[in-house]
Amino acid sequence: MSRDSAQAGADTATERRPRPRTPGRLHRMRVRSRTWLPGLLLVSPSILLIGVFVYGMIGWNTSLALSDQHAPVQDGSFVGLTNFVELWQESRWPAAVGNAVVFTVVFVGGALLLGWFLGLMLDKGIRGEAAFRTLFLAPMAVSFIATGVVWRWLMNPAPAERATGLNALFVQFDLEFLVNDWWTAPNMGMAAMALPAIWQLSGYIMALFLAGFRGVPEELREAARVDGCSEWGVYRHVVMPQLRPVTLSAVIILGHMSLKVFDLIIAIAGQQIVADVPAVYMWTTVFEVRDPAKGATIASYLLIAVAVFVIPYLVWTIRKERSEGR
Amino acid sequence: MRARYTQVSAAVLAAALLASGCGGDGGGDGTEVEVFSWWTGGGEEAGLDALIERFEEDHPDVEFVNAAVAGGSGTNAQAVLEGRLQSQDPPDSFQGHAGAELQDYIEAGYLQPLDDFFDEQGLQEAMPDQLTEQITYEGSVYSVPVNVHRSNVLWSNPGVLEEAGIEESPETLDELIDALETVEQETDAIPMAVGAQWTVDHLLESVLLGSLGTDAYNELWEPGADWDTPEVTEALESFEQIMEYTQEESAAEDWQEASRRVSEGEAAFNVMGDWAAGYFDEVGATAGEDYDWAPSPGTDGTYMWLSDSFTLPEGAPNEDAARSWLELVSSAEGQDLFNPVKGSIPARDDTDPAAYEDSAYLSEALAEWQDEPELAGSFWHGVTVGNRWKNDVDTAVGLYLGDGDLGTLQESLHEAAQAE
Repeated sequence: MSRDSAQAGADTATERRPRPRTPGRLHRMRVRSRTWLPGLLLVSPSILLIGVFVYGMIGWNTSLALSDQHAPVQDGSFVGLTNFVELWQESRWPAAVGNAVVFTVVFVGGALLLGWFLGLMLDKGIRGEAAFRTLFLAPMAVSFIATGVVWRWLMNPAPAERATGLNALFVQFDLEFLVNDWWTAPNMGMAAMALPAIWQLSGYIMALFLAGFRGVPEELREAARVDGCSEWGVYRHVVMPQLRPVTLSAVIILGHMSLKVFDLIIAIAGQQIVADVPAVYMWTTVFEVRDPAKGATIASYLLIAVAVFVIPYLVWTIRKERSEGR
Repeated sequence: MRARYTQVSAAVLAAALLASGCGGDGGGDGTEVEVFSWWTGGGEEAGLDALIERFEEDHPDVEFVNAAVAGGSGTNAQAVLEGRLQSQDPPDSFQGHAGAELQDYIEAGYLQPLDDFFDEQGLQEAMPDQLTEQITYEGSVYSVPVNVHRSNVLWSNPGVLEEAGIEESPETLDELIDALETVEQETDAIPMAVGAQWTVDHLLESVLLGSLGTDAYNELWEPGADWDTPEVTEALESFEQIMEYTQEESAAEDWQEASRRVSEGEAAFNVMGDWAAGYFDEVGATAGEDYDWAPSPGTDGTYMWLSDSFTLPEGAPNEDAARSWLELVSSAEGQDLFNPVKGSIPARDDTDPAAYEDSAYLSEALAEWQDEPELAGSFWHGVTVGNRWKNDVDTAVGLYLGDGDLGTLQESLHEAAQAE
């Protein structure tokens, strides 16, 4: 609405200007260029930078991944998808992918559920809502490294007789059956690794859901209640279906963070196979083994994995914006 | 503590500033020398500071730039260094583990051979032949060793051993395994403390050396070596038995915590390099009372060594000043300034033993080093193998820690040797 009135204002402004004596093609071009040229000039530095440093680098990375340059000094030649196939034949890569999948499922699922639950509680109205909101959002301000350092201590896997951290708490309250190996357990340890990530991001997800809950007009809820709907039914049938966009955004934000996870793992476990994920493996491959082609291959897989999350989201957003006539 | 952080961040900042500024001014006027290392804490930093002070006294016209990058065993530093070398912006000298770990740099043409320097300074005579031989690559040396550390040391807690009734330090792997069992039965202590994955690699090399003997161990690291032998199987079986006596939470601890467990009587044994002696001093433990040491079982008379060394990069902006630096770190005087503080022994065998008398461990280690022991190179600390092979072994050990499959471990180790 406001944009239209601004447009109208601009039109009157041009009309008010005295007419030039020789209206011609040149002039029309100048007027037209006046509308798009400044904009283009304004964005061209970022187009250029993104072109070189994002897409250019993706291109370079891809060409490396398709080559056999396995040492920094040697020249590579094109070998097609060999690197992509060979990665699956070793034992470390599938294990790292498995770890990333477990981490992602637990992290995304956990943060969504907890965030949704917290949002629901706040939406129902409690005293001191603002204080709780701040409290739940606070972990967002902490870096993954700091979170990792603290949780590394909390999730100390020492057995009951030497327990520290959470295990010591369990022992204190006679809950010794809860004492466990946390992230050092082979196979499912990554589920424990997701706990700090859930702690850190569920507040953010709560804020997303809370905004979603608040965005549902009160009239709709009223109407449902008049029709004899229970309070749970209102949420189940009226509010929840309207939260699909919010949920989708949340899944994408969490999902792409989760696939790239690096700092949290390094802070808690360092470079150990038990907590290996693709990003850590890539770091080792590039900076320690110094194998550019293999490192680039892992990077490509990471890009593809993130793209699986992000591209549908972009398509969906663009479609939505179009259909809303923006 | 805060002062140290400030120093570290100042050093890192200085490195960053220099990295960004160096391309422009071209350098080369001999007024500064930039030395890159990962010595940013504890005895390492103190040792480096002692050297820097001496260097500035001897060369008042040269400004010393300490480009140290923090991070355990140099992982972060190596990533930063790799970037600088690739963009042809090398420091004047950088620290690296002597031996195969530098091979990648040599092959990439980043390093200048130092044969003339070795002749000039008489280093071939001053250092043990076996040492210079093991750091020679295709007939040339590329780095100047400043110290020697020992990797195969078995640390123990005398109190725990007494409680368990163990009188003599175990001399073979079988004796060690018996001792571990006794500790398990008789005391509440952890029989063998280990830390995160790399400390298990460290334990593995000592077990291999102890089981196979020095020559067979050294042969394992020749490209294409045969690891598929009954002898290796036997060594790995001992390794597996020892691992059964380690603590469950090891993955969440680094070497300091594992060593601390020994000096505080929470564990009976720990296999760690002799930098643990410096750490014990730091935490106030007393030699002979809180901790004791012996060569790891089966390795008496062999020094499994590793060494920090300095290099001269190709295209170093201030080559003359860098040579002065190398001169200092290779001299007997420089090594005696650095090593007692860092907690290591000098690479030269003509230095002054009196400088090491304050430390019970160092004086004994120095006597042993000068007594011409047999030498084996540490694989984990970059002496015998390059980064790729080392990483393959690390991965195999990590996977073994997860699945406990000894057969697969041996197979992967064999494959790693064939891949070179």
